[in-house]
Amino acid sequence: MAEAMAPATRELSLQQALNLALSELLAEDPKVLVFGEDVGALGGVFRVTDGLAAKHGSERVFDTPLAESSILGLAIGLAMAGFRPVPEVQFDGFAYPAMSQIVTQLGRMHYRSRGALRMPVTLRVPSFGGIRAPENHGESLEAVFAHVPGLKVACPADPQQAYTLLKAAVRSDDPVIFMEPKSRYWQKGAVVTESADWAGARVARVGRHLTLVAWGAMVARCLQVAELATEDGVDVEVVDLRWLKPIDTESLAASVGKTRRAVVVHEAPLTAGLGAEVAQRITERCFGTLRAPVERVTGFDVPYPSGDLEDEYIPSIDRILFGIQRVLEYRRG
Amino acid sequence: MQRVQGLGRSGAAGSAAPPVPELPAVPPMTAPELREVYRLMSSVRRLDEAAVAWQRQGILPAYAPLLGQEAAQVGSAFAVDRERDFLFPTYREAGVARTLGVDMVEYMSTHRATWHGGLWDAAEHRLAPIQAVVAGSVLHAVGWAHGQRLAAASPGDPQDPVGGLGVAVAYLGDGASSQGDVHEAMNIAAVFAAPVVFFVQNNGWAISVPTERQVAGGSVAARGAGYGMPALRIDGNDAEAVVSATRRALAYARAGRGPVIVEAVTYRRGPHSTADDPGRYRTLDDERRDAGADPLERLRARLLGEGLANEAFVAECDAAAAAEAEAVREGVLALGPRPGAEMFDLVFAEPTEELLRQKAQWRKESEHG
Repeated sequence: MAEAMAPATRELSLQQALNLALSELLAEDPKVLVFGEDVGALGGVFRVTDGLAAKHGSERVFDTPLAESSILGLAIGLAMAGFRPVPEVQFDGFAYPAMSQIVTQLGRMHYRSRGALRMPVTLRVPSFGGIRAPENHGESLEAVFAHVPGLKVACPADPQQAYTLLKAAVRSDDPVIFMEPKSRYWQKGAVVTESADWAGARVARVGRHLTLVAWGAMVARCLQVAELATEDGVDVEVVDLRWLKPIDTESLAASVGKTRRAVVVHEAPLTAGLGAEVAQRITERCFGTLRAPVERVTGFDVPYPSGDLEDEYIPSIDRILFGIQRVLEYRRG
Repeated sequence: MQRVQGLGRSGAAGSAAPPVPELPAVPPMTAPELREVYRLMSSVRRLDEAAVAWQRQGILPAYAPLLGQEAAQVGSAFAVDRERDFLFPTYREAGVARTLGVDMVEYMSTHRATWHGGLWDAAEHRLAPIQAVVAGSVLHAVGWAHGQRLAAASPGDPQDPVGGLGVAVAYLGDGASSQGDVHEAMNIAAVFAAPVVFFVQNNGWAISVPTERQVAGGSVAARGAGYGMPALRIDGNDAEAVVSATRRALAYARAGRGPVIVEAVTYRRGPHSTADDPGRYRTLDDERRDAGADPLERLRARLLGEGLANEAFVAECDAAAAAEAEAVREGVLALGPRPGAEMFDLVFAEPTEELLRQKAQWRKESEHG
């Protein structure tokens, strides 16, 4: 009896977890549509939609012409017609040609129409760097998306989060930009398919001395850093932000209220990055107890580099450890 | 078109593009229909002229007049099926809104600076909110239209594809036709055979730039051939030509045969907006030469000349239009600002804690909270 009640657990890669979630979403709601460039017969360039057209029909899982503004425009019109679209732009940088539709239309249609036209659109965006891809295939656009009123932004770090967050995003009646860490697509992990834990941030590792805040592929790196830090007797807590908009300020305050030190880590450039927003929220809530200013370990204010240099750009284990050291050694005035 | 022969994959000469299909014919308009279109055009003319005056009186911050485009707007909207079609306006479609039966106080609210999209219920009236981005809605029309095909094809859906599809009507102008989204929309609509009518009001001007400096080749309809899409270029100041062309296009799209372009050639007799000064880019002589006959006067002359209506009918339309404009004026004056809380409440279907917090702070710190 107890065993029958236990939730189903499966070992899946992040890309398989997304595929499973999409397949279940297509099965549970006839209004769900999956479309984009090469998502049909090919199954997507990352195979996230592999087999979905064959299983759910080429009318519900369909290829679009190679035009990102069209993909977003179609999604908006289909949502107006009562569908629940899950479009994909093939790579992060391909969101740029669709940016007018995302900013001037998707984020505003509910507001502009005074709620008469809902936009239950989940835009899947394979994001971030780390796979030695061509130019404009390694962008970190979370601050751009998060700055747009009317959008929500989710970012899974592992197969479990991918499965759970995608289900929550697609079931939401609001537009969600769903940023998939493409360098983690092939990483496996346990997935509990009945998990209801989708809201807010999550503590990925409990620690006492310092909080690392991260999202996407940087969560796994921060967990590695935390293990290494134990060698120096530093007990690091890792918070996986999960929702980049709205930001779960309460969870940040709870963690840093306890550890009294924080480092935020992201791949995106430093200036006006989401790390600044995270740091400000922590400062507002924890100013009295913070032992040091919130540190940021990020990409640089440069175009995302070619593969040979991307390890110099993406926050490395060493750079994160240096960030931790700066916070631990900080002395007032 | 000059054709250059090449070798196809099989080594045989390449084949010519298939001919663009013909549109179905429709019966001529009846006398009651023509009278109804005239009544609507009279109403729209009066409202439009009144709105310009309201802007001068300080009632409206700004307005985009449609003077001269009454036949194109009323005629196209008159042709649609108000139960199942869906229309996507720009910011200059007061005539379309009036023809669909939208409350004109709710329409004018956008020009009153009450609410950007207008106050009408877009889903109920099947008219999307006002669109300030040039060509911003054209792709939405294609998405909505593709949805009609999908809905009709879904197993167990009671909608009968034989009875016809709902059709999206995308309004755009000669200026918008320069936008990349219009190419994307026409291409994807044709690829998907989506039931869309691209209704182009070519009014000669994109603010200060004339069509010849805007549209290569001089015709948006001419592009249809490249998409394998039927296209009609019509006298947009002839109300019956507009109604008939739109009906033919709708019938074709409704039957699931794909999209159609209707290019209604008309003339923007007024400024681009009440903030514009046409004297800087065209003379009154230019206007007199290029505008052609007034569409409302043309229809009136026809109705009277063919005995389809009498002077009493015309006078009755004028009186009704004047009374309506006055009622709209009073309604607009009585609008008042929307509650500030709507800034927060209407962003999401599922509001976030973050926005509720910002709203609470606004309430605390604003005298309007």
